[in-house]
Amino acid sequence: MNHELSEKAKKLSQGAVIDKPGSTVETKTGGWKTFKPVTNYEECIKCGKCWAVCPEAAYKQNKDGFFEVDLDYCKGCGICAKECPKKCIKMELEEK
Amino acid sequence: MVNIDIKKATVTEASVSVAWGARLSRPEVIPMYPITPQTHIVEHLAEFINNGEMDAEMIHVESEHSALSAMVGSVAAGSRTFTATASQGLALMYEILPIMSGMRLPGVMAVANRALSAPINIWNDHSDSVSARDQGWIQLWVESSQEALDTVIQAYKISENKKVMLPVMVNLDGFSLSHVYEPVEIPDQGKVDKFLPEYKAEDFLDLKNPKTFGPIGFPSDYMEFKEQQQAAMFEAEPVVQEVAKEFGKAFGREYGDGLVEEYKMEDAEYAVIGMGTLCGTAKDAVDELREKGIKAGVLRLKCMRPLPAERIQKAVKGLKALAVIDRHVSLGFEGPLFTDLRSALYETGLQVNGYVAGLGGKDIKIQHFEKVFNELKEGKKKGGWLL
Amino acid sequence: MGLKEVRIHGRGGQGAVTSAQILAIAASKDGKFTQSFPTFGVERSGAPVEAYTRISEEFINRRQQVYNPGYVIVLDTSLIGVIDVTKGISEDGLIIANSTKTPEELGLKGAKAYSIDITKIALDIMGKPFVNIAALGAFASLTGETSIDSLKKAVEERMGKLAELNNKALDKVFALAEDLK
Repeated sequence: MNHELSEKAKKLSQGAVIDKPGSTVETKTGGWKTFKPVTNYEECIKCGKCWAVCPEAAYKQNKDGFFEVDLDYCKGCGICAKECPKKCIKMELEEK
Repeated sequence: MVNIDIKKATVTEASVSVAWGARLSRPEVIPMYPITPQTHIVEHLAEFINNGEMDAEMIHVESEHSALSAMVGSVAAGSRTFTATASQGLALMYEILPIMSGMRLPGVMAVANRALSAPINIWNDHSDSVSARDQGWIQLWVESSQEALDTVIQAYKISENKKVMLPVMVNLDGFSLSHVYEPVEIPDQGKVDKFLPEYKAEDFLDLKNPKTFGPIGFPSDYMEFKEQQQAAMFEAEPVVQEVAKEFGKAFGREYGDGLVEEYKMEDAEYAVIGMGTLCGTAKDAVDELREKGIKAGVLRLKCMRPLPAERIQKAVKGLKALAVIDRHVSLGFEGPLFTDLRSALYETGLQVNGYVAGLGGKDIKIQHFEKVFNELKEGKKKGGWLL
Repeated sequence: MGLKEVRIHGRGGQGAVTSAQILAIAASKDGKFTQSFPTFGVERSGAPVEAYTRISEEFINRRQQVYNPGYVIVLDTSLIGVIDVTKGISEDGLIIANSTKTPEELGLKGAKAYSIDITKIALDIMGKPFVNIAALGAFASLTGETSIDSLKKAVEERMGKLAELNNKALDKVFALAEDLK
């Protein structure tokens, strides 16, 4: 009573172990959003709250000290806009 | 009949034998939660560690759910790990049983089998482990104290085999075996080390080489992972036999071929099959029946998962009828072992009757087997409950 | 088959289970296969307790309870009347009772019976009524199923500091039983 493995089962790792770290960056999740955050850098004070509250860690600080969102991973949740103390992040409809 | 040199044997409790089996296997971690009738196993392991005779970390967890969760973590970190439980304790572990096997983590757990509540009952039956048979653990069942010790050691070797990589449950009857004093030979540590080398995990939680354990399996892949587990279970069957043979060579003790033990089956016309201590009593019953001219035999199923179907088909050749003795009942149907075996033997056309016995510590006596063999001989087509 | 079965009656805390185990250890020192177990259950001080030992030349297969013992040891004869201590005993069997009364006075029937005042010996030697091990002296003498030397070794293994006085009592009961033969 042997079980002949399908071709796909032969290829999968044992116990579903993923042996390459950081593989989640390969999955771009930015496509989920309807609205995208747009920061008005004229008013931005570089406080970093958007960076701190982003559940997807999509914000990165650039060399001038401003925080920019990586739209490949932003899911458009709007927490950054809601929490911004200067209210300088607006959620705008993303054109698709 | 266990091949024990009585001059080299010590008389001790089977729980102590299990603790010795664990000690000799050198686990590094032992997450433990005590429950009757498993408690003496834990106590003796704690004593070994306290006396400095065993180098293992005992984690005193707050429940069986935590015990098995800690075991998953510890094996995932690459450590050989041991635990033990019984009854309601195994039931509380249930959530983690398929996680450990699904993650393909090797390890050994002894279960001092005990009935499930309600009503509360601390005595032996197989309802705890048999009802967990579908969760991807290899299940081995033992009959004697010596076999319990020997099987724990073998279980690690089976479990850690690269073709297998599945956890193993070593089942011994609570009280009816766990609390019985009888002679046992405690093997030499050096010999055990040779038989069972240190565990070296290929995949483990490693800061230098990070890996993800236990990710989501989408509908696209989940079934293929189960295919792998099913294949590993079937791979385990010959591994159980090889390990049993190798153990026999090294230590001079064999229990059938590791899957099934046959007692007076060569010319048997009628036989019973079951698991655990009830088979010992069945052997004495068979001896008595043979004196009366009935060609009786016993098959003891030592490995319930994987179920060695072809092996059993071979063993029943020449029989006129077979009785399955279940120490558990699938309420609303019949004994699960009976269901399994009738399915496994369907194509042989053999008459198979199912009996349920020994629930909640009800004694299984020689007279019970006399009744069963008489019914087989009379051509009765149906079993029942042995009260 | 040569299988011998022993049933020991006592009360919770009296050491019936320990003495059944020591008997098994001793018999194995004589080169015999053994099994020892109590009636499994909830332990309670003072409650009637039964413990069993099986002795055989061969590995013991059966795991059923003991129903027809060849030998019965009664550590506490106040149990007579509470439970049937002679239940299932084989006709050629033997009963050993710890009592000042004779077996007839105790109403022991069904097999040959002996009574010895083991409590007195235990009190004389140990100052405490520890009768469980001393009683095995009578067993060794009257049944010959185990040697007194093996018994004493088993007591030493199992009882630690208590072994010396227990073995003294064991010897004394053995000697008394020899005179009864």
